[in-house]
Amino acid sequence: MSDLPENLKYAKTHEWAKLESDNVVRVGITEFAQAELGDLVFIELPKVGRVVKADEQCAVVESVKTASDLFSPVSGEIVSVNEELSDAPEQVNDDAYDAWLFCVKADNPAELDTLLDASAYGQLIAE
Amino acid sequence: MASYSTVSLPTVTTIHKTALYELHIELGAKMVPFADYQMPLQYSKGIIHEHLHCRNQASLFDISHMGQCSLKGSSAAIGLEKLTPAIISRLGSGRQQYTVLTNSDGGIIDDIVVTRLGQELTIVVNAACKEKDFKHLRKQLSNDCQLQELSEHALLALQGPSSSHVLQQVAPEACRLQFMQACRTEIDDIPCMISRSGYTGEDGFEISLPNRFAEKMARILLNFPEVEPAGLGARDTLRLEAGLSLYGHELDEKTTPIEAGLSWLIKNTHQSYPGAGTLLNQMQNGTEIQRVGLLVEAKMPVRENAPVFDNEDKLVGRVTSGSFSPSLGRPIALALIDTEAAVIGATLFTRVRNNLIKLTVCDLPFVPHRYHRS
Repeated sequence: MSDLPENLKYAKTHEWAKLESDNVVRVGITEFAQAELGDLVFIELPKVGRVVKADEQCAVVESVKTASDLFSPVSGEIVSVNEELSDAPEQVNDDAYDAWLFCVKADNPAELDTLLDASAYGQLIAE
Repeated sequence: MASYSTVSLPTVTTIHKTALYELHIELGAKMVPFADYQMPLQYSKGIIHEHLHCRNQASLFDISHMGQCSLKGSSAAIGLEKLTPAIISRLGSGRQQYTVLTNSDGGIIDDIVVTRLGQELTIVVNAACKEKDFKHLRKQLSNDCQLQELSEHALLALQGPSSSHVLQQVAPEACRLQFMQACRTEIDDIPCMISRSGYTGEDGFEISLPNRFAEKMARILLNFPEVEPAGLGARDTLRLEAGLSLYGHELDEKTTPIEAGLSWLIKNTHQSYPGAGTLLNQMQNGTEIQRVGLLVEAKMPVRENAPVFDNEDKLVGRVTSGSFSPSLGRPIALALIDTEAAVIGATLFTRVRNNLIKLTVCDLPFVPHRYHRS
């Protein structure tokens, strides 16, 4: 698995997280995760305004064969979700790093430091 | 296993490979364990692409994990007839019959396909039921009937509307077959048995041949521009759309063929097989539960074992298979539910992760069959 974006942080549960302005963290699933899942047919996103804790289950991605839980990489409030995915979940298959799922306004952006960097995540998925 | 072990260990399941394992890897398959075999779930283009390709052109499936056996001996047909509701003794040469092995309660031990060519019967059984079935057959059939497992045989399925155009170029005699007919022939000097059958709802063929020729045969077929490989993922969504039951899901030892929508397998004139009394009674008086198709009125797929409720929130059954239908672009499901609730057009409900989802009971198949019948 190559070409993991260096500017992202990665969770062991295969979400990517990107710190943007104003403590907002954008979240999606990794290329590795989308390839493992195969064709996505449905994505259940959290409600905007929901308050989540780090590692709390807050979304579900469903492929033809299975449903998989996704977890928030940081604690905070869901401030936006990618509505386009409700009609076009395959966008995640097409470009997993462009097709984000939700944004969390982090209570403590330092929580991102506990996630993996590109090289550590690369090692994890190579195992 | 560790060689220092001195206690006897539970049987370790061996993961088998089919004769096409190396080819699957070469073709970029994602391999998964299924019924003790490493099988291709999908190739690089994905399940939805493979599914639609089969509906539009032709797809090649490796189904060599399924069990194959031959039955020889003068009592073979009569003997097998005592184990199934099918009238095997009247099955003509070159013909196939889909049927079930029943237990004494009328439950389904397995669903099988029996083919007769000359005096020989061949049977294809489900991979996960192989051992159980062969043990059952050996025990029940008389000694002058020889059962030989064809474990050195591969089974390929070429399915889809372009299948006959492909076979026309390598085995024109096979294209004269009608649905559920079979012949022995050769393709490029490879001896094989070809039947016009399958489990996708499309016209298509199944080719049984010795393992040592399987890869050569697969490459001959894949060489046609219309043909692409397809895995078990697409095979499952195709059979679901075709409203075809799968053992371990709609069919099991506790479900009768009448409940599972297979009453067309039962003939009033044949009453001497296990559970016949129960089944004939159910034919006459109906069953408490039955299999139905469900259109899911949401984008969220409904999976196996999801509960099914009526509009008064009473539990009426459960989903036995559920997935996204690539042809219809929506989720669909099969379910076993109370007969009272099984009214075409009726609205039922399920819950998935606290979401209440509307279901509409519908006619089967979801996607029309396109078998080749004159």
